[in-house]
Amino acid sequence: MCRECGCGLGGGDVKIGGHAPAGHGHEHHGRDRRHHGHGETVILNRSLKEKNDRLAERNRGFFRAKKLLVLNVVSSPGSGKTTFIRETAAQLAGKLRVGVVVGDLATDNDAARLRTAGIPVVQITTGTVCHLDADMVAKAAAQLDLDQLDVLVIENVGNLVCPADYDLGEDLRVVLLSTTEGEDKPLKYPPMFHSAHVAVVTKSDIAAAVGFNRDLALANLNRGSHHAEIFELSAKTGAGMKVWLEFLAQQQAQAAKKSRA
Amino acid sequence: MHEVAIMQEAVRLAAEAAGGRRVRTLRLRIGILSGVVPEAIRFAFDVVTRDTLAAGAALEIESVPAVAWCAACAAEFPTADFFSECPRCRTVNGGLRRGREMEIASVELE
Ligand SMILES: Nc1nc2c(ncn2[C@@H]2O[C@H](COP(=O)(O)OP(=O)(O)OP(=O)(O)O)[C@@H](O)[C@H]2O)c(=O)[nH]1
Ligand SMILES: [Mg+2]
Ligand SMILES: [Zn+2]
Ligand SMILES: [Zn+2]
Repeated sequence: MCRECGCGLGGGDVKIGGHAPAGHGHEHHGRDRRHHGHGETVILNRSLKEKNDRLAERNRGFFRAKKLLVLNVVSSPGSGKTTFIRETAAQLAGKLRVGVVVGDLATDNDAARLRTAGIPVVQITTGTVCHLDADMVAKAAAQLDLDQLDVLVIENVGNLVCPADYDLGEDLRVVLLSTTEGEDKPLKYPPMFHSAHVAVVTKSDIAAAVGFNRDLALANLNRGSHHAEIFELSAKTGAGMKVWLEFLAQQQAQAAKKSRA
Repeated sequence: MHEVAIMQEAVRLAAEAAGGRRVRTLRLRIGILSGVVPEAIRFAFDVVTRDTLAAGAALEIESVPAVAWCAACAAEFPTADFFSECPRCRTVNGGLRRGREMEIASVELE
């Protein structure tokens, strides 16, 4: 059970692009009978993340062969993921072709907003599951014409806990921190921030109004996300977007080159 | 945390190892900084094992203490969180060596 987001019971209700994937049967072996006496111990020593990691590697190889740059965008609920992705795609129009896979617990609002940028979008309704996993992304990506794309952006479920443990096969993990949330988020959610390749401070336009302590936030990001490239921007006014888009174009060129090698 | 998803994977691996036999005990190894909450894991276990070969099995959780690495001292030191400093040289952010484990250690079959 998920304390942070109430995730988890069942998990059989994930829908991709409106279609429910084929359900899997359960064996029914009935009663709880406990025998005593000598049992056999089987040593396993296997990671519970192994299956997802394997599928993520498969995605990564597949995306690379398609010359795609793949982003996994994560943040708390409402930090501005959809707005940021929409703006990124809109400003790249005519330069790079962007497609989006978006995970949402219940609604298709984000998918509808993203489509207004004139880009292909596949929605994954995660139901009670609080994160996307590599298998869901593989199925969703299969619904896009990947040969017609340069950049695939995955909007993860708004949650700084669970998505940290699920590699999706992305090239870049992009974590957002909005000026309206606590400056100490990078210290409160270390696995997420530490695993990020890119950290973006969003909603810079309202930083002053909400009393955002920029120095503290940047210090915390430098500590918690010390592997990350840091950007500060407003998807609303466009301030700071240029530097981010240049970085993205550079990364895309590198990804395309790598796959040719 | 996604304890149900984690538990589903543990039960899947246990069933695979059991090959149709009943699982009597399932042993997990969970790092103290894995983010997994043991009470939530226990709750998830009851839900996930219902109607499976692991129904009614005992769940044992071995908690793994966290250990960080200091590159400057080339030494490990015990820690309780992600950002502790090396007790010798006060360097922060050396990186965790242990404490993030989410593993199935073994199963005991009938
Ligand atoms: N002022 C300002 N508001 C913004 C900015 N970016 C997003 N917002 C607002 O913040 C709210 C949440 O933005 P979304 O883009 O929906 O955030 P999200 O992270 O996708 O949210 P979830 O998918 O629900 O987790 C909306 O009301 C946006 O209009 C920004 O740069 N500046
Ligand atoms: Mg959104
Ligand atoms: Zn969760
Ligand atoms: Zn040291």
